[in-house]
Amino acid sequence: MSRPAQLRRGPKWLLGANATLVYLFFYAPIALLVLYSFSDDNLVGRWGGFTLDWYRAFGQNDEVQGALSVSIRVAILSTLISVVLGTMAALSLERYRFRGSRIFDALLYLPIIVPDVTMAVMMLLFFTQFLNVLDAVFGIQMTKGFTTVTLSHIAFSISFVSIVVRARLAGMSADLEEAAQDLYASRWQAFRFVTLPLITPGVVGGALLALTLSLDDVVITQFVSGPGSTTLPVYVFGLIRRGVSPLINAVSVIMLAISIVLVVASLVVQRARGGEPA
Amino acid sequence: MSHGAIVRPPMEPPTDPEPAEATPEFEAANKRLDRRRGLLLALPSWAFLTLFFAVPLLIVVVYSFATRNRFGGTDLSGWNIEGYRELGQEFVRNLVLRSLWLAIITTVICLVVAYPFAYFLATRSPAVRNLMLVFVMIPFWSNFLVRNYAWRVLLGNDGPVSQATEAAGLGETTILFTQSAVVLGLVYGFLPFMILPLYAAIERMDWSLVEASRDLGATGWQTFRQVSFPLSLPGVIAGSILVFVPSFGAYVTPQILGGGKDPMLGTYIVAQFLEARNWPEGAAASTVLMAVMLGATLVYFRTGGRTL
Repeated sequence: MSRPAQLRRGPKWLLGANATLVYLFFYAPIALLVLYSFSDDNLVGRWGGFTLDWYRAFGQNDEVQGALSVSIRVAILSTLISVVLGTMAALSLERYRFRGSRIFDALLYLPIIVPDVTMAVMMLLFFTQFLNVLDAVFGIQMTKGFTTVTLSHIAFSISFVSIVVRARLAGMSADLEEAAQDLYASRWQAFRFVTLPLITPGVVGGALLALTLSLDDVVITQFVSGPGSTTLPVYVFGLIRRGVSPLINAVSVIMLAISIVLVVASLVVQRARGGEPA
Repeated sequence: MSHGAIVRPPMEPPTDPEPAEATPEFEAANKRLDRRRGLLLALPSWAFLTLFFAVPLLIVVVYSFATRNRFGGTDLSGWNIEGYRELGQEFVRNLVLRSLWLAIITTVICLVVAYPFAYFLATRSPAVRNLMLVFVMIPFWSNFLVRNYAWRVLLGNDGPVSQATEAAGLGETTILFTQSAVVLGLVYGFLPFMILPLYAAIERMDWSLVEASRDLGATGWQTFRQVSFPLSLPGVIAGSILVFVPSFGAYVTPQILGGGKDPMLGTYIVAQFLEARNWPEGAAASTVLMAVMLGATLVYFRTGGRTL
């Protein structure tokens, strides 16, 4: 591949200006939201001097704290499980040929492209039936709540983890693993001491993305959560529908900060030692 | 039976383990073992996704043919196509057309903005490009709800946008809770979905073809029309699908920025479940949305799309 052709000055200038505007478009609203979250004014979009009151209110609001704690617990549990399942799925598809692998591949892609609303409906209807079956067959009485939310989050996170891990595996030849086996390492030893260290950036990157997705989800969670299992985004969404408030500004900024930190960490980790991020 | 027995005399004592490993039996056994290991690794997530994704998908289709009873519950009997017939009501038809229209506008705006951006990105030096890419990835992955909420604050009464336009002598900005605000929110939310596949396609492009076109006397515009653009078409298609599908089924953005005034398909579906309690109707609408999504995905893979 040769170097890109030189553009004439006119279009070049326009392209640069367009790029600047795109970045401004991406980041100006976020920057302004952060700014207003420190504004000492009851109206959300007006500057009334600096204050930390809204963050203090965030710390003292029991409902918000409760929702945050549910969010964190769901995110950690669903991430742990989806990282194990997603990494195994990635290994199976990148390193082995087996019957039905194409169907499995397609099934793994679907949760990524299904619109939120559709997935929400799917999970609601499924759990409605599933909980009935659990009760009728096993006598287990369960209602929608923490478990159903966590299971739903795992269902969409597995795919994202496996994509990130696969990107890592695809960029890495199988030679080292084969060399380890030629040197009489067992399959498990080859995996534990060769493959796993090499794919760790992908696994960690995938885990951080799964955390982000779980902490951000609104629509699916709203459909499968019950009393006492409201996550922070669902709680905030409910507040926003009733109207804006400076407290929402502060909570939003905290949610955004968490998700940006996780995303940046994920990208940095994935890039470690020359991987291409998915 | 197997060829190995014919090639090597059966009585020959094995002197060296190496040749034994190369026999076809060994290879075949190895392959079988390999296949089983692959399947074993895939099995947990396969089973999980079958139970918690494939089965739910089928249940939605089943529900779309069920009957709504008088108490707002759903009877899984008396199968009918009432749910689909209700989609033909004028109110619902308008809502589907509106969603379609807003999704198309969103896709076109994203394409027009993202194409030159992706082109610019692809022609930077690798170091600059990687940095710029990270700053596209951040909004791509970060909290969608909050990013919509930010616009709600900006566009609000006496909000900063309104203050700015007033100061500029353009009068108040009152687009909050209109379709324009919804399109703005959708573009804001999904623009990275357009940029990333476009960038991937343009970056992979064989630039020598572009140079050849210029050397043969084509103008910049001709080269773009007849060489670069066709070469980047897979990215255009992938990006358009990735923007169109979630815009068509959008729910959060019309709620926050549209104020729920002009419901879109996603809003309608949610309302059927959480408010109207007409589950068969909601399931039918979801099935239609899924069909659109699957159709778009097939087009995507047909045209050679591979990346997210």
